[in-house]
Amino acid sequence: MNKATVKHAFISSLPVMAGYIVLGTGFGILLSAKGYSFWWALLMSITIFAGSMQYVGVNLLATGASVLSTALMTLMVNARHLFYGISMIEDYRDMGWRKWYVIFGLTDETYSLVCGNPKLPDGVERKNYTFLLTLMNQCYWIFGSVLGAILGNAVSFNSAGIDFSMTALFVIIFVEQWEKAKQHFPAILGLAVSVICLLIFGADSFLVPSMIGISIGLFLFQIKMERGTE
Amino acid sequence: MIDASQSLIIIAVMAGVTMLLRFLPFILFSGSTPKFILYLGEVLPYAVIAMLVVYCLKGIDFLSGNHGLPEFIAVLLVVLLHKWKHNTLLSILGGTICYMLLVQLVFV
Repeated sequence: MNKATVKHAFISSLPVMAGYIVLGTGFGILLSAKGYSFWWALLMSITIFAGSMQYVGVNLLATGASVLSTALMTLMVNARHLFYGISMIEDYRDMGWRKWYVIFGLTDETYSLVCGNPKLPDGVERKNYTFLLTLMNQCYWIFGSVLGAILGNAVSFNSAGIDFSMTALFVIIFVEQWEKAKQHFPAILGLAVSVICLLIFGADSFLVPSMIGISIGLFLFQIKMERGTE
Repeated sequence: MIDASQSLIIIAVMAGVTMLLRFLPFILFSGSTPKFILYLGEVLPYAVIAMLVVYCLKGIDFLSGNHGLPEFIAVLLVVLLHKWKHNTLLSILGGTICYMLLVQLVFV
């Protein structure tokens, strides 16, 4: 693992560092408010490592949810990870010993940094870069959640709105993908279908219908494209 | 608070299902990947990032409160900053500080 790889992984991870420490702290504070010590936050951030799911998990723990409802809730909240996996199949195929960990750690934020095979500076080893980036991101997440659980409700800094850093990260990636894409249809489709599903199904349950709609839309688009090239 | 073993079971289920979702595509398509899945893999990032942006902004209520104005202004600033400098940190810091000022001082 050379120096350029470590350096570039660290620089790329900085926006996620900011976001994860803030979001992780928020999670830790919530969990500690339900009477759980920081060991629980540590355990959850190591084994689950899925931001929004861990927030939902606080409520599942607080209400003593059943195994079935916990499993169903996790399926609904995290189904989008199927999409991440599908789009990384080729890129992650030859990851070697790193493969199981980089798949395990494929969160929204890590995915947003590695998807679409972004250009890397000369001398950066892609496989090690991807592995380090995933690991660094999980370290930030663990650090934040444990910090939050220890701090409890003792935070005096007015951090309202700081979670916008995640939104900003996704908006930036959207802009960069838009600039390099040959066709804008997939991006427009994703935006349109998600907004329509949000309006119809509401904020808590629009992700699954959105994913179905996006798949159907892309399928039809591919058929149309193939006809066009024949 | 529920007891420790019950908590551990809930956490294990969440971890297990999340891992299953992350590993499933790689397990299913470890050998040869169907053409449509390969195609999906190529175009999905564009559609999914758009979906994630909507997911982040899902809490906006256009009919009451601030009508989503702070979010709209901050997202616009992020886009403009990024178009201008293409510097990820600058765009994120600029947008986030702007959003924090808006929700803490302007649209209270």
